[in-house]
Amino acid sequence: MAGLLFASPWILGFGVFLLYPLIASLLYSFTNFSILRPPSWIGLSNYQEMAHDEVFYTTLKNTLLYVVGAVPLGTVVAIGLAMLLNSKVRGMAFYRTIFFLPTLVPMVVLGTLFLWIFNGDYGLLNAAFHKVGITAPNWLGDPAWAKWTLVLISVWGCGQAMVIYLAGLQNVPVSLYEAADLDGAKTWAKTRHVTLPMLSPVILFNVIMGIIGSLQIFAVPYVMFPDGAPARSTYFFSSYLFDNAFKNQRMGYASALGWVMFLITLGLTILAMRISERHVHYEGG
Amino acid sequence: MNARASLALGSVAAALVAAAVWGEGVVTRQAIPDRVTVIYWEKWTGAEADGMRAVINDFNASQSRIFVKYLSISGVDSKTALATAGGDPPDVAGIWLDQVCQFADAKALTDLSEMARESGLSRDYYITNYWDPLFYKGKLWALPSTPASVALHVREDLVPPEYASPETFPKTLEGMDALVDKISKRNEDGSLKMAGFLPSDPGWWNWSWGFYFGGKLVDGDRLTVNSPENVRAYEWVASYTKRFGTKEVQNFQSGFGNFASPQDPFMDGKVATEINGVWKGNYIHVFKPGLKWFAVPFPYVADHPELAGMSDLSQDILVIPRGAKHAKEAFEFIRYVQRQDVMEKLCLSHGKNSPLAKVSEHFFNTHPNKFIRLFDKLARSPTAFSPPQIGILPRIQSEMNVAFQEINTGQKTPKQALDDAEARLTEQWQIYKSQVLEK
Repeated sequence: MAGLLFASPWILGFGVFLLYPLIASLLYSFTNFSILRPPSWIGLSNYQEMAHDEVFYTTLKNTLLYVVGAVPLGTVVAIGLAMLLNSKVRGMAFYRTIFFLPTLVPMVVLGTLFLWIFNGDYGLLNAAFHKVGITAPNWLGDPAWAKWTLVLISVWGCGQAMVIYLAGLQNVPVSLYEAADLDGAKTWAKTRHVTLPMLSPVILFNVIMGIIGSLQIFAVPYVMFPDGAPARSTYFFSSYLFDNAFKNQRMGYASALGWVMFLITLGLTILAMRISERHVHYEGG
Repeated sequence: MNARASLALGSVAAALVAAAVWGEGVVTRQAIPDRVTVIYWEKWTGAEADGMRAVINDFNASQSRIFVKYLSISGVDSKTALATAGGDPPDVAGIWLDQVCQFADAKALTDLSEMARESGLSRDYYITNYWDPLFYKGKLWALPSTPASVALHVREDLVPPEYASPETFPKTLEGMDALVDKISKRNEDGSLKMAGFLPSDPGWWNWSWGFYFGGKLVDGDRLTVNSPENVRAYEWVASYTKRFGTKEVQNFQSGFGNFASPQDPFMDGKVATEINGVWKGNYIHVFKPGLKWFAVPFPYVADHPELAGMSDLSQDILVIPRGAKHAKEAFEFIRYVQRQDVMEKLCLSHGKNSPLAKVSEHFFNTHPNKFIRLFDKLARSPTAFSPPQIGILPRIQSEMNVAFQEINTGQKTPKQALDDAEARLTEQWQIYKSQVLEK
């Protein structure tokens, strides 16, 4: 009894905020539900509508392109930073704090900040390019660039992954590096044949978390690019889901979108796990 | 852990849950004992909220039975919908006219027809262009808080002297286009320095350009997004992109500051003319006092002189959500806002024109916008238009925004962009009819 009572806040929270919405959204996805009127059963209509919904495909494409850009870039930058911060330099704790701090900036602040930095006319970035004689693109106003600007911005939040990589790097046995030294391995060879294989379980974890997080991108584009402007080039899946639920009052369709997103996330996670079977090395096995 | 400790822990958890569920209601609804507390959710913050708060204070002091509690709410429309669905809506909500049909179709609003009739509010009390859109399917769903009309704002110092007055400024669109060609300036590197006019600035009415060419977005039950008039309108929009260059316009516009700042392109001298609402005068007064400007009706196309005096009319409105606990008292407050002296006080504080048929000379003489008589006249113009009355209006506006951007960035021709928007919207309209209207 005492155990149940102790666990009750979690049980209550899980039931009310996770389990119930999960089951309810699955049921709603088969209904016509405007929030303001009781749901009515329409079978697979929402899913059938999605199959020929042009905006659905646009947002899906935008989201997948973002994942394809943001996850590898974030991984490379986070591993690179972690390796730098793993070196033995004076004041390392200070540097680690500095590189982690950006992840603490709230998303809305981040969006506003980058509106200024990437401004095509008077932004800091283009001013710097201008100084060295380079004509930089209109990062935010050009449909061809806006999405990729968000990919660049995503690097700002790689501090979380960096800390995990750092912990992973510190777990790599020194004896392996010593053995590599004895074999005459140089820096790149040690990175390629010792560090990365030993870090691969951590990379897998971060890549999967990165895929899940990137598929759910919402806050920064919501602040920076209202309505997915310009011309829906920054209109992502989560924003479309949100608009259907709360602007168009189509909670049933939004629920169906949510479940499709869940299945895509699940599919990509399984794919990553399958691919990892050949490339991830676990210590001792 | 013993039984007493378990009981204590359980009690604390139960108290937290109870506070979360009932707390807000308990606190807000008992603000003043012995009075009925009317909860009023509104979008306004800052000076606009202060203007409404002053009205509310007057109302609360004018009687001893009702107390109106004002809460500034971001995303007031979606939160009102959710609260209504949850059975605990505010008593009054301040939303936009554009949402009336969607909310009414969803049965989220209280019908005000009977209460308005009983309290003596009728069509002749209002400017009919503002009153009529408040009716949908024969019922009155809202009453105005503050309305607006739009006009072309012109920087006196950025146009040649022979055009620098309301009387001499070109009356036709073709005349304005020629003036734009004459006054627009470029930097040495070819980039834009000053644009005579840009259809994409400020970009708040991208859906409405067709109206200025005699077009409509909805005709009865049919969408007419890609009608010849609308295509012509957006070809005119595209002519500005061609005139200045797609990339040049994109780069130029990305340097525009916020409209509520001295870096606003009109105040900053980056555009010589700009279509904007009656409230613009207020912002100029705050951020660039002394700026020389005037307002004129937006020019009409030369082959349609009957379209002269066109203006897009918008309204901030007050509604009583379905299930409001104090609908009668809420209406009493809304009725108070409709009083001529109260409405004029509110509209003066917001820098807007009045929605009422009768307007006092004091209102015109003390209004911060020196062209208030023009905005009042435009609101009464037979050619003035309000957003179409259709439940999918927010989606139409969103699709028109996308079409506008596709045209403005040169991704699609006007015909292509409007055909695509028409196809998407027709599908949405069919779904809406079957899932909402025919239910």
